[in-house]
Amino acid sequence: MTDQTTEAQAAKPIPVTVLTGYLGAGKTTLLNRILSESHGKKYAVIVNEFGEIGIDNDLIVESDEEIYEMNNGCVCCTVRGDLIRVVEGLMRRPGRFDGIIVETTGLADPVPVAQTFFMDDDVRAKTELDAVVALVDAKHLPLRLKDSREAEDQIAFADVVLINKTDLVTPEELAVVEDVVRAINPTARIYKTSRSGVDLSRVLDQGAFNLERALENDPHFLDHDHDDHVCGPDCGHDHHHHGHEHHDHDHHHHDHDHHHGHHDAMSPIHDITVKSISLRGGEMNPDRFFPWVQKITQAEGPNILRLKGIIAFAGDEERYVIQGVHMIVEGDHQRPWKDGEKRESRLVFIGRNLDFDKIEKSFLACQATAKTPA
Amino acid sequence: MPTVAPLDLEGHVVSTHFLGDIPFFATAAGTVHRLDGGEKVTEAHQGLLTCIRDPFSATLLSGGEDGKVLRIGHDGTTTLLAEVPRKWISVIAGGPQNAVAYAVGKSSFVRQGDGSVKEFAEERSVEGIAFAPKGLRIAAARYNGVSLHWVGTNAPAADLDWKGAHTGVTFSPDGRFLVTMMQENALHGWKLDGKAGDNRHMRMTGYPAKVKSLSWSVKGKWLASSGAPAAIVWPFSSKDGPMGKAPMELGTRANIMVTQVAFHPAEEVLAIGFIDGMILGVRIADEKEALLRRPGKGAITGLSWSASGKLLSFSSEAGDCGVVDISA
Repeated sequence: MTDQTTEAQAAKPIPVTVLTGYLGAGKTTLLNRILSESHGKKYAVIVNEFGEIGIDNDLIVESDEEIYEMNNGCVCCTVRGDLIRVVEGLMRRPGRFDGIIVETTGLADPVPVAQTFFMDDDVRAKTELDAVVALVDAKHLPLRLKDSREAEDQIAFADVVLINKTDLVTPEELAVVEDVVRAINPTARIYKTSRSGVDLSRVLDQGAFNLERALENDPHFLDHDHDDHVCGPDCGHDHHHHGHEHHDHDHHHHDHDHHHGHHDAMSPIHDITVKSISLRGGEMNPDRFFPWVQKITQAEGPNILRLKGIIAFAGDEERYVIQGVHMIVEGDHQRPWKDGEKRESRLVFIGRNLDFDKIEKSFLACQATAKTPA
Repeated sequence: MPTVAPLDLEGHVVSTHFLGDIPFFATAAGTVHRLDGGEKVTEAHQGLLTCIRDPFSATLLSGGEDGKVLRIGHDGTTTLLAEVPRKWISVIAGGPQNAVAYAVGKSSFVRQGDGSVKEFAEERSVEGIAFAPKGLRIAAARYNGVSLHWVGTNAPAADLDWKGAHTGVTFSPDGRFLVTMMQENALHGWKLDGKAGDNRHMRMTGYPAKVKSLSWSVKGKWLASSGAPAAIVWPFSSKDGPMGKAPMELGTRANIMVTQVAFHPAEEVLAIGFIDGMILGVRIADEKEALLRRPGKGAITGLSWSASGKLLSFSSEAGDCGVVDISA
């Protein structure tokens, strides 16, 4: 029996969900729901402090946040040393739980947490980062963004954003908050909730970092301007309906306002430093694209929080998906292109101080049809 | 091939140690099993994280998810030495005069034989602790180096700095060298008896994986390490340690990683445990290899020689443990 467990373990890594968000945004409420509702799954939870988790659970582990810079000269190569140790301990008895949840402190930088699951070989062998979920307090977000970079980083880095405490704001205030979140992170799924009341299936088991699932989950990835995209009543992609007005106009002509035009829409808030860049091109030449993405992530790694994309390579029958965190980039073939599917390449960078023109120009120069490589 | 007496336990077995001629096996679930005229079981922890042999006495020391530090005697009796509710105790060391050191977050604690406890605050989380072979002194491994504390004084710590995360620490048996394991695939060493101005650092790099197991040979002439598809054995007999010298590579197997190493208590013979459960014995002098156990169900997590050096116990992450009789 024991060896079967071991084999099963090797076959299926344990999913890890990271919860971020400022103090008071509703992380503990969400965590308590995950631990107490009957969904047939058990979770081990790694917290910084037990705090208000009122639930008696053997699998809540208190851990002191310990950020380690890797000794390789790269300032953005950081991991959480305490997580390495706790995950190693937990994974010795994997039968006890179905997933791991890491709750970060309000001011935590989500990046070292996420990078731990890519950069440490032992952790990586046994677990799989499932998604980074950011909780945002609808009432206090504008103030948070003024005070700190962390609030912005948490949103920018998330796969799922819960705009919580919607009952405390007016519909107009909520619309502004939503626009801000969308401006910081155009690829995240956004849910508006009060008392962290989101369907847990929208938070857990998302496969957001799984190359096979990440973008497949979201068939409309980056398609904010698709006219023929209609969601049914139970479609989970309602976030795409929001903010289209101010997304649309930059996708195809980048001449002036490259950053989703949120300067006009966001006029009440001037404190956003994270920008996203959405690129769109034709079929790529792999001999140009790979050196390009390598070079750009090496040079701009500290400025890149996340990157995600679907690449069409000339003469390649399969879609290639790519994602990255700072300097870590992973890519793989995902599935064959479907008949009638437009073979184009799409790539989104979320980060700071990124030079849109330079990145777009060099990206387009990787196209198979481009005359000269960048 | 020598005979192997198997012991199949449930789940991950963290380590194995001999007390005299009785082998002990500590499971991650928290039970400690010993083969003493049949299998006997001690319920030690609600989740066991570490179990070591106290080098200064014939007892085991263990720490768990239940926040307890226990001393376990040869008859399986347990003594509670410390309890820190809601904290995991995964770092522990045994010292002279029944002293025990353990770490919780950013603090090292030393509990002396009389029951008094002294706390040493560190700037960063303590990932490894070791007692010096002489005198009541501890080394605490942490991010960016090691802190050395004399337990009996209130003097500030002596810091040994080296950039990066240090995840474990050991003194050479003669106390002249200190070696740490690092988060990046390397060891780092300090020459403790060097004069000021000497280069006291020893960088030991080139491992394809993290080093998790270290073992000194009798008298400290060699330091064996895991972290490669061979045991990497550094020469420490000269006054500058391994500097400028290449290590020996023993028991090399293509792509099969070494997970545990243990030197024989009297001879320069190294037991090498692999990720596939195989165990080799290799003699330093002529690098002659002997197969001690064929591959099993999981990685070797612990190796321990009996006092007589005739028996070798092994533990595995899949629970398939046992004892090898090399005199047979």
